[in-house]
Amino acid sequence: MANYYLDTPHYKYHLQHPLMRRIVELKERNFADRDAYDYAPVDFDDAMDSYDRVLETVGEICAEIIAPNAESVDHDGPTLANGHVTYASGTQINLDAIRKAGLMGMAMPRRYNGLNFPVVPYIMAADMVSRADAGFENIWGLQDCAETLYEFGNADQHARYIPRVCNGETMSMDLTEPDAGSDLQAVMLKATLDDADGSWRLNGVKRFITNGDSDIHLVLARSEEGTKDGRGLSMFIYDKRNGGVTVRRIENKLGIKGSPTCELVFRNAKAELCGERRLGLIKYVMALMNGARLGIMAQAVGLCEAAYWEGWKYARERKQFGRAIIEFPAVYEMVAMMRARADASRAILYETARFVDVYKALEDISRERKLTPEERTEQKKYSKLADAFTPLGKAMTTEYANANAYDSIQIHGGSGFMKDYACERIYRDARITNIYEGTTQLQVVAAIRHVTTGTYLAQIREYDALSCKPELEHLRSALQDMTAIYEAMVDRILLARNSELLDFHARRLVESAGRCIMGYLLLQQAGDSDIFRRSAEVYVAMGRAAISSAQTFIEGFAPEDLEQYRP
Amino acid sequence: MSLNIIVLAKQVPDTRNVGKDAMKEDGTVNRAALPAIFNPEDLNALEQALRLKDENPGSTVTLLTMGPARAAEIIREGLFRGADGGYLLTDRAFAGADTLATSYALSMAIRKIKDYDIVICGRQAIDGDTAQVGPQVAEKLGIPQVTYAENIRCIGSGTIEVRRRLERGVETVQTALPALVTVNGSAPACRPRNARLLQKYKHARTASERKTAPAAYDYLADSRLYLTIAEWSAAGVEANTALCGLSGSPTKVKKIENVVFRAKESKALSAADADIDELMKELILNHTIG
Repeated sequence: MANYYLDTPHYKYHLQHPLMRRIVELKERNFADRDAYDYAPVDFDDAMDSYDRVLETVGEICAEIIAPNAESVDHDGPTLANGHVTYASGTQINLDAIRKAGLMGMAMPRRYNGLNFPVVPYIMAADMVSRADAGFENIWGLQDCAETLYEFGNADQHARYIPRVCNGETMSMDLTEPDAGSDLQAVMLKATLDDADGSWRLNGVKRFITNGDSDIHLVLARSEEGTKDGRGLSMFIYDKRNGGVTVRRIENKLGIKGSPTCELVFRNAKAELCGERRLGLIKYVMALMNGARLGIMAQAVGLCEAAYWEGWKYARERKQFGRAIIEFPAVYEMVAMMRARADASRAILYETARFVDVYKALEDISRERKLTPEERTEQKKYSKLADAFTPLGKAMTTEYANANAYDSIQIHGGSGFMKDYACERIYRDARITNIYEGTTQLQVVAAIRHVTTGTYLAQIREYDALSCKPELEHLRSALQDMTAIYEAMVDRILLARNSELLDFHARRLVESAGRCIMGYLLLQQAGDSDIFRRSAEVYVAMGRAAISSAQTFIEGFAPEDLEQYRP
Repeated sequence: MSLNIIVLAKQVPDTRNVGKDAMKEDGTVNRAALPAIFNPEDLNALEQALRLKDENPGSTVTLLTMGPARAAEIIREGLFRGADGGYLLTDRAFAGADTLATSYALSMAIRKIKDYDIVICGRQAIDGDTAQVGPQVAEKLGIPQVTYAENIRCIGSGTIEVRRRLERGVETVQTALPALVTVNGSAPACRPRNARLLQKYKHARTASERKTAPAAYDYLADSRLYLTIAEWSAAGVEANTALCGLSGSPTKVKKIENVVFRAKESKALSAADADIDELMKELILNHTIG
């Protein structure tokens, strides 16, 4: 039986990180569920063993069911009839397997029939699902919306909706509108309070809604008449059972074709308020987006891995000039780079997931009791790190997914341009990852303040203080050089006190921080396990060259040069 | 109506993907060289049982397997996928059993379980390929049998309707319960392990497993009765040991020849893409191509 979890030891490595002890401790709260739920772990080792076994099942479902369906799902896609979506038959088979395996509501508490898994194993499942079929990961991964419902909904809403998600119903987040994409403050979908029964009614149009015909929707709508900005927006729950929303069209997309992207028409659709009025965008959607971005990182990592495997397999099988093409330096360089990008992406994905895990678990505890001063400090620290690493990781990993997909086709040569190989689907699927949930350019906007305020640099210093094996000392030394260049670039730009210049170079600076951070993470991993050694070497060598290039550009760039670029 | 369903399952060496050391010099299967797996068609049988359970609330699915101590793995696998319990029939006296002795032992265990409406098993095991055990068990229990099933449906009290996959078509039959049904590999694949059940039952072990290899969580079985997998010996099912194992097996291997398959089963396909797709998948899956 093919199994992603078993064929790539990298997953198990990331699951075994030392910080997991703290994460499980926070998530399981003295293993209080052990007597109330027959599937709750009794101690740390038992919990880790459960994650391991469940992920092994996920790995099998991915390799044996979801991946073999990916081609037909991409080809058939979902269809629209009578205002509702029918998934491709392969998607239905996938969903059925996922539901039977109980893999919905993975991170939800057990009292709602969830698995109460930390973010790390949940994201690992997402990583593998994406490797099998990135489009399906959208449908499955939208279970993440339950997290927002859990964080901001009331107890009654929890009890009515979360168990349904855990039992397999799907979700969607209805944010974008024809005139409100990156700028969600412009959302116009109208919410009016129905005085007759105290419920809300939604009217208007949403566009580009992933899995838009889902069972339970979170909808961003304008509840405050006469307002124009984000403070007039609230979040609503729309239950498909109530009716009132129809799908007007399914977009015909470049990639992730199995995932229905819908235009929705709300006609007096009954909905209920989630959380408080006016906090829809400024608080809830921001939280939702952070979770979603982590999900897209996982999707990107899955795609990086899938692209690598396709490229690697083909390079070994394909013979030209009497040799497998992987024997040629021009090809093996591409293969090694793909492996390095996949490993570096996975490194930052799980580092971010751990940060999110710690602060979210503490946040959840704070709903029940006051945190101790130490816990508050801990929560603040990890919340800040998660905030800094999420946009950075999303920007880096999704660009790498595209780079890997590009190289995967390149290795296939002409064959890769044909529909006969999976690499062309991976290439199309990867293309959306650096666009949705905020383009790379917008991730840079979110990340740049952590460049200027020094969050990244402080974290790099922490990594540098960790012990390092003597045989890896040269990597640390290279990373120290890279960090010095990064610091010098940041200082130079800050000294200019020119905000346009900072915006102009922001991506270069954020990427440079990313290269240092991901390099350090790989250095640590290489110290733990030989499976990361080559990637650490390759990635640091590549990162060093890239940072030098950024440095050359920035040092030779005068503020007046902006004139050459301005519209 | 609620049904008490027994699924017969066997742990077999994985003969689907064999290397050169799969057979010993004397022509018998080299079990040590091959991973032990849940016999594939028994998984199809388990899925049929679980579907019957889904459709008939209050039903139970009980696994029954015969084999050495490590065959407890089969029971665990079944529990992970939705079975309610299971029995491991294990005894030195059962060793070396042919189909006759096996069906005798299994039928005695089924008599001991007593309250059952339907017994479901795979058509045949991939190590012997005889397809005899199911029918023999039915004969010994004196109940009707339906072979080559692809779908089983309970249609009102005490009757099932079974769709059979035959060489040149499909046949739908009805029978009164209790009955035994053998299931074809063309029936739907078994559902995956369930995350909750996996966590619930992962520490389930037999008493002998706990004795020979104590594990950290064995203590949980003291308060959680479902964590103990029942083991039955020959005496436990009141079996006559003369009819068990080697002594109860008239089958003797006289000679072994290497043969090349010419044709096995036929299948009618339309020229539709879906059918061709299906065939491609099947050929890749059984390692005919790819």
